[in-house]
Amino acid sequence: MQKEILLVGSSKGLIVWKHHQGKWDIQDVHFRGFPVSLVYVDERTQTWWAGISHRHWGQKLHFSKDFGKSWDSIPTPTYPKGSEYRKGKPAKLKKIWSLAAGGVNEPEVLWMGTEPGGLFKSVDGGKSFQLVESLWNHPSRMDENQWFGAGRDDPFMHAIIVNPQDSRHIYIAVSCAGIFESKDGGDSWEARNNGLVATYLPNPRAEVGHDPHALEMNPLNPSIIWQQNHCGIFRTTDGGEEWKQLSQQEGIAHYGFALATDEKDPEKAWVIPAISDEERVAHGLSLYVAHTRDGGKNWEALREGLPQEYCFDIVFRHAFTKAGKHMAFGTTNGNLFLSANEGQSWQALHTHLPRIDSVVFTEMG
Amino acid sequence: MAIVSFTTALKRFFPDLNKKIFPGENVAEVLAEVEKEFPGISEYLLDEQGELRKHINIFLRGELIADRVELSDRVGEQDEVLVFQALSGG
Repeated sequence: MQKEILLVGSSKGLIVWKHHQGKWDIQDVHFRGFPVSLVYVDERTQTWWAGISHRHWGQKLHFSKDFGKSWDSIPTPTYPKGSEYRKGKPAKLKKIWSLAAGGVNEPEVLWMGTEPGGLFKSVDGGKSFQLVESLWNHPSRMDENQWFGAGRDDPFMHAIIVNPQDSRHIYIAVSCAGIFESKDGGDSWEARNNGLVATYLPNPRAEVGHDPHALEMNPLNPSIIWQQNHCGIFRTTDGGEEWKQLSQQEGIAHYGFALATDEKDPEKAWVIPAISDEERVAHGLSLYVAHTRDGGKNWEALREGLPQEYCFDIVFRHAFTKAGKHMAFGTTNGNLFLSANEGQSWQALHTHLPRIDSVVFTEMG
Repeated sequence: MAIVSFTTALKRFFPDLNKKIFPGENVAEVLAEVEKEFPGISEYLLDEQGELRKHINIFLRGELIADRVELSDRVGEQDEVLVFQALSGG
């Protein structure tokens, strides 16, 4: 069944689109004027989560159990008293970057990724979150050569993936540190960055210090994980033991933030390239989605319906999503695009929104 | 004891927030009294270490408070305390 709701988290509010009689319309705007930096739907309970990054008032986390009709909030999670981000520097929550539901066998578990460099866990359905000390105390974390900020002052955890076939098997992505894996429900963690390159480090093959921009697991084959990285596109077929690079600097797909993968076919992925780290604009100032059907051997540019002249837009890591045939992405310049045929053609749903940070498909019950 | 005024921006979260007298001998004590009447407001003004958030300013007798960490500035009878947000762009 096609998901009929599209949630768009923007720098000025949460905008809700609804698909009705073949047409997408704005149904509601929540948190008007506030930077909605996180949007997440816990599909197990149909709970909508919205993280607000207030300029003045700190981070706030809101949730709705009635599809946005009413919102409640939880006390903002905090690092334990006395915990230090660096030696002598108290850890303070700067931003909530990610949420992820636990497995279907643990309905009260939610994971949260934060800046600076924290993984939090809730075992009461999100009423409260506690820092996961095992990762916080990982020997690499306090080393500023291994965990450090990228575009932000401090490292941040922007992706958490729970293996749908084994809820004790978890991956996290930290910019910058890289990918870590736990096979014991978060009790212990190992870096999984073998094969990645970090061209900005003296040792590009360092064990820790990588910059994964986005991470996607194939739900049918959890050993297959795709990664849009600061230094290219990578895929592992053995659960992170070894990553293989699937892009070249001069190719049509290499640098970028956004990544979507097929829910079934592990060979299919989509990215939205920018030129490079130094030139963060659409390639040739024309916007396209790069698509591979063969595990990254070949990439094609999907341009139909997207602006092809003087387009400066790029797409952030949480602002690209896929649900069945439908795909959506929102850009830094407030353009929102939708495809009903897996990216073959696109239509602009809106062209003068605020900066878009996240897009999520969901359904009404 | 102090007469406390708040930026109108806070009324979006605490609609009943108005200029009012709160007891306390220093800024921290005054804010603790404000929290009693408006539960949750401390989280908007202070970070998790209890320090004044970076982009919040508190004026006491017309001057920025000196101690943003412990909020120990002494408050006299009938002193005016202003809780403002710093200006920002965008």
